[in-house]
Amino acid sequence: MARVVVDVMLKPEILDPQGQAVQRALPRLGFEGISDVRQGKRFELEVDGPVDEAALTRIRDLAESFLANTVIEDFTVRVDEVAEAAK
Amino acid sequence: MTARIGVVTFPGSLDDQDTRRAIRLAGAEPVALWHKDKDLKQVDAVVLCGGFSYGDYLRAGAIARFSPVMESLIEQAKAGLPVLGICNGFQILTEAHLLPGAMLGNDHLHFICRDQKLRVENAETAWTGDYRAGQEIHIPLKNMDGRYVADAYTLDELEAEGRVAFRYVDFNPNGSLRDIAGITNEAGNVVGLMPHPEHAVEPLVGTGRTDGLPFFTSILKKLVNA
Repeated sequence: MARVVVDVMLKPEILDPQGQAVQRALPRLGFEGISDVRQGKRFELEVDGPVDEAALTRIRDLAESFLANTVIEDFTVRVDEVAEAAK
Repeated sequence: MTARIGVVTFPGSLDDQDTRRAIRLAGAEPVALWHKDKDLKQVDAVVLCGGFSYGDYLRAGAIARFSPVMESLIEQAKAGLPVLGICNGFQILTEAHLLPGAMLGNDHLHFICRDQKLRVENAETAWTGDYRAGQEIHIPLKNMDGRYVADAYTLDELEAEGRVAFRYVDFNPNGSLRDIAGITNEAGNVVGLMPHPEHAVEPLVGTGRTDGLPFFTSILKKLVNA
């Protein structure tokens, strides 16, 4: 078993009202100096078998067609190094 | 034989009954379709109705787009089958890339429910023939994810080709770019909009007006005259 992480973020030019709402709350909580917050999604995929280039290619296809909507979102795919090291 | 118009029910669809009722009031025969149906039962047109298909758990409409019924629908829509997507149906049509752009959460982050004024910009689609271009109508709007976005190039292209089918008037309820409430594909057979015409087909309920009924009479006329 290995873990692959897919991070999905709204493209920089797309308004993120959730992120803005979080950012506006920060001064009330005593956090100063944070000028912008953007909120995204993280998917952790537990993969059976080896995470070789073929497996990563399939996961990239999955991310591109389903986990992210590439009209509005960017995504990255990576093997979770922490999960790997803990083995 | 009158026209047969399919209405797809996904788990989480809410407005399938109202939509079938609107189709019947317009004089066509509503046909219930289930999300697991691979076969569209030889309907002449399809409405993807409002609701929260598959809970909208990933993004609005994203999971429904991969349901069995959508395989046939995407293929046939590309071949000219008239398809109307209302609210969640509009979201499904953008996720399926039958319509350009994408739908995002309202800019104010709240669910919104109101009588909405719209302008019919394009009265030449399969679903808008019984309106006049420029006509203003009131129909209910109720959504969480109604903010239409697309890149500037796509928006310019939609405007230039007259494919912005409906625009919000006086008040933009969700931050939609360029006040876009609904769009059509190039051929005019696929139309999506956020507000709900099926809730404005009888004077007793909703806005008290029947401004939504022409959607369903338009398609009926189109199919019967075809």
